[in-house]
Amino acid sequence: MQRIGDAPAVRRALILAAVALAALFLLLPLVAIFAQAFAQGVGVFWSNVSDHYTLRAIGLTLFITVLTIPVCLVFGVALAWLVTRFSFPGRRLLQTLIDIPFAVSPVVAGLIYLLLYGRNGWLGGWLDGHDVQLMFAWPGILMVTIFVTCPFVARELIPLMQAQGSREEEAAVTLGAPGWTLFRRVTLPNIRWALLYGVILTNARAVGEFGAVSVVSGAIRGQTNTLPLHLEQLYQDYNTVGAFASASLLALIALLTLAAKAGLEWRAARQEALA
Amino acid sequence: MSIRLHNIGKHFGSGRQRTRALEPINLDIQEGELVGLLGPSGSGKTTLLRIIAGLENPDRDGGARILFGDRDVTDVHVRDRRIGFVFQHYALFRHMTVFDNVAFGLTVMPRRNRPTSGEIRARVHRLLEMVQLESLAGRYPAQLSGGQQQRVSLARALALRPDVLLLDEPFGALDAKVRQDLRRWLRHLHDELGFTSLFVTHDQEEALELSDRVAVMSNGRIEQIDTPDDLYRAPGNRFVFEFLGDVNHLEGEVRGGILTCGDARLSVELPDGPEELLLRPHEVRLVEAPSPEARLPATVTAISPVGAEVRVELAADWMAAPWLATVRHADYERLDLRRGQRLYVEPRRWHRFPEGRETRRDAPRASLA
Amino acid sequence: MSTRALPFAFGRTPRRVLPGFGLSLGVSLLFISLVLLLPMTGLFGQLAGLSLAEYWAIISDGRVVASYTVTIGAAALAALINAAFGLLLAWVLVRYDFPGKRLLDALMDLPFALPTAVAGITLATLYSSNGWMGRLLEPLGLQVAYTWVGIALAMAFTSIPFVVRTVQPVLEDLPQEVDEAALTLGATDGTAFRRVILPHLWPALVTGTGLAFVRSLGEFGAIIFIAGNMPYETEITALMIFVRLQEYDYAGASAIASVVLFVSLALLLAINIWQGRFARRLHGGRG
Repeated sequence: MQRIGDAPAVRRALILAAVALAALFLLLPLVAIFAQAFAQGVGVFWSNVSDHYTLRAIGLTLFITVLTIPVCLVFGVALAWLVTRFSFPGRRLLQTLIDIPFAVSPVVAGLIYLLLYGRNGWLGGWLDGHDVQLMFAWPGILMVTIFVTCPFVARELIPLMQAQGSREEEAAVTLGAPGWTLFRRVTLPNIRWALLYGVILTNARAVGEFGAVSVVSGAIRGQTNTLPLHLEQLYQDYNTVGAFASASLLALIALLTLAAKAGLEWRAARQEALA
Repeated sequence: MSIRLHNIGKHFGSGRQRTRALEPINLDIQEGELVGLLGPSGSGKTTLLRIIAGLENPDRDGGARILFGDRDVTDVHVRDRRIGFVFQHYALFRHMTVFDNVAFGLTVMPRRNRPTSGEIRARVHRLLEMVQLESLAGRYPAQLSGGQQQRVSLARALALRPDVLLLDEPFGALDAKVRQDLRRWLRHLHDELGFTSLFVTHDQEEALELSDRVAVMSNGRIEQIDTPDDLYRAPGNRFVFEFLGDVNHLEGEVRGGILTCGDARLSVELPDGPEELLLRPHEVRLVEAPSPEARLPATVTAISPVGAEVRVELAADWMAAPWLATVRHADYERLDLRRGQRLYVEPRRWHRFPEGRETRRDAPRASLA
Repeated sequence: MSTRALPFAFGRTPRRVLPGFGLSLGVSLLFISLVLLLPMTGLFGQLAGLSLAEYWAIISDGRVVASYTVTIGAAALAALINAAFGLLLAWVLVRYDFPGKRLLDALMDLPFALPTAVAGITLATLYSSNGWMGRLLEPLGLQVAYTWVGIALAMAFTSIPFVVRTVQPVLEDLPQEVDEAALTLGATDGTAFRRVILPHLWPALVTGTGLAFVRSLGEFGAIIFIAGNMPYETEITALMIFVRLQEYDYAGASAIASVVLFVSLALLLAINIWQGRFARRLHGGRG
């Protein structure tokens, strides 16, 4: 079989270049995170991780993530169902709108929430009058996290559901399946892996969001500090090892995300080979 | 330019998974000949074509040699072999217009050999005229029909005036009517330009209609290479016989010159023992009463008038698979054939391939009278 | 959004075969309105309080303009680096088999999975004068940390996957015959790549590079640690917004944010339109 670029010399040179560059730009930083985190031994790493403020930051991050995922899931499935199973005016506009969070700078995302719900904002002023504070508290963090993560599930589902078409669901309707049964028994089995991957991406982004959260959180240590904000403070305080201890926890989640993705892809490829 | 293949073998994979795609093949193709490579999928025909093109390499160990005329091209890279290759799915460059597609080979020539842009333009227009697509020179491939795309692909392959034209299932992706037209047109083009061509097909009708000679392949082997006429009339072995047309099987036990199979009997001059006879649909007659030589009862299960003859499908307990008989319209009317009708089959001629080689017998004269 | 369709009534309008139109429309519109559109009003409300002259004064302030230059310049450099690097990686991952290929493939997604703040402190540490890379580069006279080269590096890091992941599927779908057709017509590898392969990849490459550029324009967390954040020198626009906010200058922050928002959305729209036009030529449509 002859293909372009198959000459052994070309091949070797290109593979070598790709691997070397990837190692330098991607692998080296990854190694550096863990090297820094453990620079002063496991004991110091452990005391950094089990530090009171670190634990509070981990707790808040998990709390926000756990609340974010179901919201994004419901919205993602509803939107994907809407734009792939029905045609109506404005369908393309909806699909474009959900890309906004991808294009908007996280700082801008935080800012627009601050402007609306902050003490000076038109909704914020009213809420303040009723003693409700959203900004510089966990609800604000949750809101901006939902903003930046909401496209992930929908973006994973839409191309898949478009490719699958609605023939199976239509068949189920002709067989008399009611709405939820139809979704649970016919649609869900077909999209569950894409759904899972969407959730994994949502999770990764929700855990790690920095720019938007730093605008609305107020960064009160032990109260409104998420893990990324916490590591920033440690880093600014020249506690490098402490910062990297927190960073290594986040990097670990990133690695698990990559592993899950590779696993799901491997699974899909195997299924395709069997089909 | 003639093509000579010497000991072309091919294995794919390695170690345990090493599978043989081609047995060492020898083949001579004369200058100006149009040869069809015919075989079922997996028979190695496309592999052989791709080896000739230089898109695959033959096994190194068998002393494989490929000669174009006197030029040994065994180790010549595909880009320097001077072949024209037409792909099954056209493989046109989607981002180029029809003109640019056809001109591609000329524009990528090394600068010192490259024709001037005026010459290129003239040559491409001549080619487009030849494939009757001048008016579409500015279109993109996506705007053409399948047949038009395949003609562009042919013009593109001919632009470099190749020594040899190789076509891989050139009409495989087209619908029946377009296939017919393109086939005739290719034959015409071939006769006019006189290049040496080799094409791959799995369609026996196409191979027999288009080729000067047909090479029938199976399991990585050339079973037989002959003119279409000889091939059909004198198949070299059972595979070729079966591949070239519909076949009815009669399997039974011969004892004392009579072959029996269930309630079917046929007089044959063969030694005692198990026997399998093969009959073409046009080599059987349908009659209302058995003869002393043949008593093969059958029931009509389907009738379809196709062109000059009527195809009749037959079933009986003694048949392993339904038989097919073709009868003339006159006989069809005389017998007043209907579905469910019971009648008798009378072989005019049968074939047998003991150990794969053919012996052919005409039925005894008496039964034809 | 009718009240009849919102509860689990599965809008039984006669034309829609599948259930759930009303419900999914309701959920989607509610969500998009509340989460995406409503907050935008806060921005416009804030901007409405500014006169045009005030607005112009804010967004054309010398320090802010310097931040545009730094951001756009570094983002452009990052996008170009990624175009080359992404093309190489996509090619190697699709066309060749080698040990560790799946690992390399998985590694490509790291910048999306890794929180930007983590990337930021890591790159800053690596390229600072006593970091692993900084120690190697500084004797060569190449200062990365606290310069705009560092900004470009951080931007490039966070946007690597865009080019790889948009080019990869297109390259995978390119049939083998396209290579072979070019070769049988006598093209050398270089010519065939330039004249046949690259034009096929072009739309994906430009889209991926464009997305990488847009992402780099807005990136914050990965950059601020390595940038040094010197006014007029290494201050990015996203940081300018942040600085204005910390000064409680909400109007200033809004004005600058509106510029960033407008540019990002316009670019996104341009990429979409351009991509659509290219696709039509390759996949049919008369004329």
